[in-house]
Amino acid sequence: MSRLPFYLLVGLLLVAGIGLSVHRHVALEVPWTPGEQRQVWEVEALVNFNAQGGPVLVDMALPSNQQGFRLLTEHTASPGFGLSFLEEGGARRAQWSIREATGSQQLYYTTQLLVAPDSRPPEVTPPPLRRDIVWERPHDTAAAQVIERAWSRSADSFTFARELIRDFGDERQGENSRLLLTQFERGPLLVRLLNQAGVPAREVSGLLLEDGRRRQTLANWVQVFDGERWALFDPATGEQGRPDNLLLWESSGQAVLEVQGGTNSRVTFSMLTHNQPAAAAVRNQLAEDTLLNFSIHSLPLEEQALFQTILLIPIGALVVVILRVLVGIKTSGTFMPVLIALAFIQTTLITGLVGFLLIVAVGLVIRNYLSYLNLLLVARVTAVIITVIAIISLFSVLSYRFGLNAGLTITFFPMIILSWTIERMSILWEEEGPKQVLIQGGGSLLTAVIAYLAMNNPWVRHITFNFLGVQMILMALILLLGNYTGYRLLELRRFKPVTED
Amino acid sequence: MWTSPGKLRDKGIIGMNRRNIRYIGRYNNRRLYPLVDDKLKTKLLAQEYGITTPALIGTVTTQFGVKQLDAMLHGHRGFVIKPAKGSGGKGILVIEHVEDGAYVKPSGARLGLGDLERHVSNILSGLYSLGGSPDVAVIEALINFDERLSEYTYEGVPDIRVIVFKGYPVMAMMRLSTAASDGKANLHQGAVGVGLDIATGTAIRGVQFDRTRHDHPDTGHELASLHIPDWRTLLLLAAGCYEMTGLGYLGTDMVLDRDLGPMLLELNARPGLAIQMANGEGLRNRLDLIERQPEGVAPEARVAFAQQHFARRSELETSAEVATVTEPG
Repeated sequence: MSRLPFYLLVGLLLVAGIGLSVHRHVALEVPWTPGEQRQVWEVEALVNFNAQGGPVLVDMALPSNQQGFRLLTEHTASPGFGLSFLEEGGARRAQWSIREATGSQQLYYTTQLLVAPDSRPPEVTPPPLRRDIVWERPHDTAAAQVIERAWSRSADSFTFARELIRDFGDERQGENSRLLLTQFERGPLLVRLLNQAGVPAREVSGLLLEDGRRRQTLANWVQVFDGERWALFDPATGEQGRPDNLLLWESSGQAVLEVQGGTNSRVTFSMLTHNQPAAAAVRNQLAEDTLLNFSIHSLPLEEQALFQTILLIPIGALVVVILRVLVGIKTSGTFMPVLIALAFIQTTLITGLVGFLLIVAVGLVIRNYLSYLNLLLVARVTAVIITVIAIISLFSVLSYRFGLNAGLTITFFPMIILSWTIERMSILWEEEGPKQVLIQGGGSLLTAVIAYLAMNNPWVRHITFNFLGVQMILMALILLLGNYTGYRLLELRRFKPVTED
Repeated sequence: MWTSPGKLRDKGIIGMNRRNIRYIGRYNNRRLYPLVDDKLKTKLLAQEYGITTPALIGTVTTQFGVKQLDAMLHGHRGFVIKPAKGSGGKGILVIEHVEDGAYVKPSGARLGLGDLERHVSNILSGLYSLGGSPDVAVIEALINFDERLSEYTYEGVPDIRVIVFKGYPVMAMMRLSTAASDGKANLHQGAVGVGLDIATGTAIRGVQFDRTRHDHPDTGHELASLHIPDWRTLLLLAAGCYEMTGLGYLGTDMVLDRDLGPMLLELNARPGLAIQMANGEGLRNRLDLIERQPEGVAPEARVAFAQQHFARRSELETSAEVATVTEPG
């Protein structure tokens, strides 16, 4: 009988589980520990314009995930306007529309951005080279000479761009440059010249992030392509490179803001930064709709809270499997300790232990009386259930009267499970005496406490909730444990007399 | 207090996990479990295969039928009420005799008819059955047990557990009830387990609560002289259970009746490991040897093989009175 398929399955589960988890850590920046802090920027764009009384269409560029930043959330405030988000060719835009508007209008767009230094930049396709550039005399000769001069002093596209921009700088400005600048603006002029020299380039708009700044405007940068690579150049200084705090707002060479039916339009930005726990930052992450990023975080908050508990159950079950298979502890009811541990999470440990012992002890006394009534089993267990509910109600009221609010959490205990526990313990007491009750009851309680400690660990909660791949790893572990033929820890004591002769 | 896994392995001791995966999981087809988990089925099947079992007084299958208990028990001196699907000796009620309308347990405790009816009712509602499913109460006659063994037991009937692997009897022990075990012959309840030599049926060593014993805790009788009469018949009976059930790893519980000889009491598809303690030896080597044997060997040949290969010498000090029990005939 070959065990190969079994080990293949286990290996597959392990690889898939670890792979999924690592993918979530690397691609989505989900940290391994819950304590890590992440920097988050909150950027607000305010669009101002005067409407002329007719239909208005406002079209604004929006930032997308990029090198150094990941979009967490975005909100808009635009009363009365219709709003839609468009995406074409990697460029995201928001369109506000209204049938009739007059006077000064304000539209707000707020976004939260996670600072993610390691995030990979998305693929950027170079713009097509413009071939239709025509100059009027005498600008054509000036342009040709400027290009010629920079070309001779450069080795590739990037150095060419740098030399070209420097020629328009204050120190080296020659006659040709001055002539061209009288006719054209610096940014578009540079893009024109670069294109004419066969170097794809475009003008992009970026925002320099500084904490607490208000009424900021976008700065223009020249994006120069050299095959697969690209670089940003400051059009004023020719400095190459992207500052760490530069957020590219518009990067496809289109207008940042277009308003139809309005005048005096402008957009200004305010920004704030703050640190927040990584786990919370992850939770705010916009769910990307791919299978690999499949995550509980795409559910509504209420269901997320539910899943936080559900995903812990395998951990509790693993504790039970370990204690039973590797240690050999006896419990009353296989997974009853997991349910008790779940109740402990709600009640806290000490309150939970006291509550559990109180309920079971009182329940055993009452169950003992019920056994004299000669009832059918189902009826008797039902009677125990009602008794347990009565005990829980009584304790809740009493603890509340005495000002012990912790006592109220006793209602989190699974009543039907408790009733069956009482029934089983009672039978055990009758048949095998109080010692077995102590062994099995103690074993169950010990298992429940260990399961509680495991499930209530902040790191375990973080890992199980944020990495669904961990469930596959748990599955693989449990499959492996199910294959263990060695001795249990307690058997080393049980069988000791045999080895003594 | 603790020993090392290495030492246990040297002794050939089998742990719970190994038993479950390597033997029960591999040799016991789950489809066949009902045959042994339902004592009524076992009994009927045994009758079909000519294996002797204690006489059946009757069965109670419905709560309504509980009222007929009195009539059913009328005229019987001693009897045993057990759940057909019980496990681990749970729910077995032994009544030694009836006295002035009171039912007397081996311990001397007296029960009324009401107690009996409640017990039967509990059995029917599944209190003692695996998984709590509704059950049937089986009432069978008390065995007239062989008085030659009475010095070795306190109250209840001693039974003999034989582990049958692929039809070969591999290890045996006698379970002697004690005051601590309330007349029941379950080791974890405090019965004394005495390892038996497969070749001869004589005692090898004794344990109670997993600790070595040389005498019976209640009667004080030493265990060295214990010798089971009709040993070969008993082994044949046990070996025959393999053909009867098809289960490869089987615990057979036998009793010795004064008049009828060895009888099959019940079968167990998940026999416990305490038998290794009683024998002071692990099962591993014997099971490995059997695994190397071919299939399709007749029961007589299997018993002979086991008697030849699994012979052991007693570890108990033999006292002056040797062999108080002798083979009849």
